[in-house]
Amino acid sequence: MSETLVEVSHLSVRFEQDGQAIDAVRDISFNIPRGQTLALVGESGSGKSVTALSMLRLLPYPRASHPGGSIRYQGEDLLQADEPRLRQIRGDRIGVIFQEPMTSLNPLHTLEKQIGETLLLHKGLSGIQARRRILELLTLVGLPDPASRLGSYPHELSGGQRQRVMIAMALANEPELLIADEPTTALDVTIQEQILELLARLQQQLGMAILLITHDLNIVRRHAHRVCVMYQGEIVEQASTEALFAAPEHAYTRRLLDAEPSGTPAEPPAEPQDIISTNNLRIWFPVKKGLLQRVTEHIKAVDGVSLQLSRGQTLGVVGESGSGKTTLGLAILRLIRSEGDILLEGKSIQGLAQKQIKPLRRQLQVVFQDPYGSLSPRMPISDIINEGLEVHGIGENAAAREQLIIDVLQEVGLDPASRHRYPHEFSGGQRQRVAIARALVLKPRLIILDEPTSALDRTVQKQIVELLRELQRRHRLSYIFISHDLAVVRALSHQLLVMKQGKVVEQGPAARIFEQPEQEYTRQLLKAAFR
Amino acid sequence: MMRLNPINRRRLDNFRANKRGYWSLWLFGVLFFASLFAELIANDRPLLVQYQGELYWPVVQDYSETRFGGEFETLADFKDPYIQDLIHNQGQGWILWPAVRYSFDTINYDLSVPAPSPPSTDNWLGTDDQGRDVLARVIYGFRVSVLFALVLTLASSVVGVVAGAVQGYYGGKVDLLFQRFIEIWSGLPVLFLLIILSSLVQPNFWWLLGIMLLFSWMNLVDVVRAEFLRGRNLEYVRAARALGLGNRLIMFRHILPNAMVATLTFMPFIFNGSLVTLTALDFLGFGLPPGSASLGELVAQGKSNLHAPWLGITAFFALAIMLTLLIFIGEAVRDAFDSRKLKL
Repeated sequence: MSETLVEVSHLSVRFEQDGQAIDAVRDISFNIPRGQTLALVGESGSGKSVTALSMLRLLPYPRASHPGGSIRYQGEDLLQADEPRLRQIRGDRIGVIFQEPMTSLNPLHTLEKQIGETLLLHKGLSGIQARRRILELLTLVGLPDPASRLGSYPHELSGGQRQRVMIAMALANEPELLIADEPTTALDVTIQEQILELLARLQQQLGMAILLITHDLNIVRRHAHRVCVMYQGEIVEQASTEALFAAPEHAYTRRLLDAEPSGTPAEPPAEPQDIISTNNLRIWFPVKKGLLQRVTEHIKAVDGVSLQLSRGQTLGVVGESGSGKTTLGLAILRLIRSEGDILLEGKSIQGLAQKQIKPLRRQLQVVFQDPYGSLSPRMPISDIINEGLEVHGIGENAAAREQLIIDVLQEVGLDPASRHRYPHEFSGGQRQRVAIARALVLKPRLIILDEPTSALDRTVQKQIVELLRELQRRHRLSYIFISHDLAVVRALSHQLLVMKQGKVVEQGPAARIFEQPEQEYTRQLLKAAFR
Repeated sequence: MMRLNPINRRRLDNFRANKRGYWSLWLFGVLFFASLFAELIANDRPLLVQYQGELYWPVVQDYSETRFGGEFETLADFKDPYIQDLIHNQGQGWILWPAVRYSFDTINYDLSVPAPSPPSTDNWLGTDDQGRDVLARVIYGFRVSVLFALVLTLASSVVGVVAGAVQGYYGGKVDLLFQRFIEIWSGLPVLFLLIILSSLVQPNFWWLLGIMLLFSWMNLVDVVRAEFLRGRNLEYVRAARALGLGNRLIMFRHILPNAMVATLTFMPFIFNGSLVTLTALDFLGFGLPPGSASLGELVAQGKSNLHAPWLGITAFFALAIMLTLLIFIGEAVRDAFDSRKLKL
């Protein structure tokens, strides 16, 4: 079984831009045995994907180059192979699944055409033969009712179904190696599990090797035979999965394993004091049809959510994508229209005009998911933080405001001397700290955190969670913490609200729900997240 | 010096990296700057006259003949050999002429051949069919064209950006109504309107500008509107709203810079378009009032005087060089704002 299929030795990848050379991958070596799964683990920017793409020579050459090393596929050096030979190998001997099932399928082709293309190219199959093989593949990857799906377009499928189609495409020619580049990152947890189980089953059936690229150690633990840990372009540790998890040797691996958000939420203040509550909150988007644009039905993004949160506490809102979590957050912020009462400290803010809301915005702040998108790329961070101060007239003059900015940057753990820099000069975690500082400087009572950690690496996530907890303790802040990541939610929340398709499935004290979920759906979520 | 943020610094570098566009900008800038002082380059009055130890500035001030010992109270004509003689001999003085001794409307009466006369040492590019110096007319015509296009471009950009911003940002009914209005408005025939109007009033520079502005602002609305539609859903715009910023501040500070990329990319091409439109109107005779220096009128002259090729050739090269320079600049600007080259 342990015959070597691919042998990567001393591989380096260099990118050149504006005369500067960046070594993305430095001198790495590993073997992929036939029929086994090798996992490449590391944080974003560690060179995992670059390594995988160079195996198929899909990097943007000539900007990218390989100063050294070789990739031997059954003895043949792929780095020396010419383009026609590579085309034979790509999609035939080596299949790839990419991260984004939304964008890696051509939106204008039907499923039959997407999969048929690779069959035609490599096997010369067409017509009825091709169709038979496509149906076989779709059945293999477990797409329900494949015969009727042949004419469907990608947008008619869910994310999980698209990923299944991607896998079917990759498997069409029974490759010997499947490269799975973060195959489940964009999917919901319950579907992630199904896809990974599918891959494991297919591996057994077809005896192919899998190169699994991921940042999620949970996946590695369950599905990989061997693990390579990458850090800044180098492989720092390489071991069998059991050995690695039992006794990690390198300091970075230990840090990675230790990065699971842990700890318990901060102790809430003794006397509960209502900060925000909603009563039967609804956000329905009308669907208009016909000549007269009559409202025929509604898409119920949020349907009858009642919640209540006390000062100094965190309400975790969990659910899969499309469950209405973010919409709920925006409605509480009064950034989108909704029906039903919203009470901020006992006063209704639902009917207020935007002008009347403005002073209240000081108490009601938000941190968004994407730290790259939520900071204006054209402003230095001091201006970004200053903006709120100016609008609300906090600090009597520029010097006083400057001092407030310095204080808040220190509080979120950033060097105040860096305040004149622009967002792109900061890492993801640092940017998220800036976004938190922007909210915090207004001294709000409630911060809505909309997936603030999902775009970050695990080790950084942990730091942000700790920062949030510390800030909550110090300022008696209330959080509404929106996330699909139950591990992070557990580390922060006092209360929990589980949403599915706009409705509340279960709500109550977080500790109780994590211990004894009452609803089947909650149990499923928990099962997928903690194993 | 203005502190540039890194994005703009990178853009400036990109612009400079496009050598052709960069040099075109310099060349065009120098030509335009020089043409602003056309009166000092091509004029039928001397720049400076010394007469009996005293200095006179005919370019800026009118002097009568009697000042130089002549007999009439009329304006001194320095091209008259009699006056020149008076200054040189009687006044022991000298005359400093500009490089071209003709203004755009000076008629050269002592041509050796009937107008239009071919290029000579006196009229470097010849004269047109009314005996006026072609070079002088090109210089003045260039200035008028560029100024017209510049004012029109700036004005229509401001109007277009505001209109696009309002439509894109508020969306919904505002957008819908505004869009329909623009569709109807853009259906109006501009040329006919101009022709009708020129029979009612004598169109001058400002009239033409106003009428053209009524229609040219629509160029930018679509791109700016699209940019604002996209921009209002950006996360940092949402964050700004959550901070409590007012609509106007959000539009101006957070979305407008995005929309300016599209605007600035389009501007050189709008500029070119305005230039050509003015030339076309002049060519057809519905443009600037008769007698004023204009490139379009020169083209028309070239067309009606095919036996005098220097008219057509001059007009062609003047227009071709000007438009080519502008296109090069436009390309460089477009490259500079190309987001694919701006990976930060």
